[in-house]
Amino acid sequence: MADNAPDSNDLEKRRADEAALSARLRRLGDQLGQQRPREPSETHRGQPVADASGYARGFRLSSELVAGVLVGAGIGWALDHVLGISPWGLIVFLLLGFVAGVVNVMRAAGVASGSDPGAPPEH
Amino acid sequence: MADPIHQFQVIEYFSLGKIGPVNFAFTNSALYMGVAVGLTAALMLGATAGRQLVPGRMQSIAELAYEFVADTIRNTIGEGGMQFFPLVFSLFMFILISNMVGLIPYNFTIASHIIVTAALALLVFITVLVYGFWKNGLHFFNLFVPKGIPIYLLPLVVFIEVLSFLSRPISHSVRLFANMLAGHITLKVFAGFVTMLGGLGFLGWLGATLPLALTVALTALELLVAFLQAYVFTILTCIYLNDALHPGH
Repeated sequence: MADNAPDSNDLEKRRADEAALSARLRRLGDQLGQQRPREPSETHRGQPVADASGYARGFRLSSELVAGVLVGAGIGWALDHVLGISPWGLIVFLLLGFVAGVVNVMRAAGVASGSDPGAPPEH
Repeated sequence: MADPIHQFQVIEYFSLGKIGPVNFAFTNSALYMGVAVGLTAALMLGATAGRQLVPGRMQSIAELAYEFVADTIRNTIGEGGMQFFPLVFSLFMFILISNMVGLIPYNFTIASHIIVTAALALLVFITVLVYGFWKNGLHFFNLFVPKGIPIYLLPLVVFIEVLSFLSRPISHSVRLFANMLAGHITLKVFAGFVTMLGGLGFLGWLGATLPLALTVALTALELLVAFLQAYVFTILTCIYLNDALHPGH
């Protein structure tokens, strides 16, 4: 390289500046990455905030159960009306909805594993 | 006089026209939604206008709100969930601010109407469906097929999983709605006792201190519930969005 040309000198200097800047950015990213894992543990302790009051927890579990039963009843009722198989649709789907509601509650309470509320995320 | 339901009445301010037979009106509900959005925007824009390295009061609030929601997303969905940050943050701030505004006497609580919370829950539900199918294609159906189930039980289990999935927007919306409704009715009823007992004369006023004290305590509880329900709505949104990102569990 022609070391006496001023513009190439300039270019090299700028390149060095950029390298230093990206190195600093990488260092900052590393530091942030080191700090972040510590934070989740803090908020993890804070996570039971959602369950802090028994009132909120009870409310949550009951609404899960009611929602399951309601959806089952709704689908059963609609099928009865559309297919004219009353009352079998309502009977079968109400029971299935009840089961789904119980599954919801178990998940929300963290008894059963699954994708739903309360289950700790795998990652 | 002390009608505990009266506070939830939707009052039409002016009509914006009709869509088919349905009247399309600007109501007090719409007004308070606008107030919630306006307050959130003012808080965020005002707080970030200065952008100090050492934050002032307003900037601290904004940064706390950001960190709170961002940590919730990182904990439940992981780093990949940050693409949903705008949605989750908007939902959290909208519900939180509107709940807080609704706690001020004479104000309207928009979350006390199930149609509002149902719309919010359906927004999340449809986002999960659309994004889930767009990202995973038909693998999204893995959500309904738990691993380690004997083949002869599979049809029943899949059916129950689908029902459980469909019940999500209901429990998601009912929880917020019922909490706000029940809390505000309780407050109104106990506050009504104060005036009712007051009508009995001196001994009545003496007795009225009890419901008054309870009303004060309930207001504090409602403040907690208002925040808690906004948080619960947010964390459930994150859990549901997590399914859209990682359907195989």
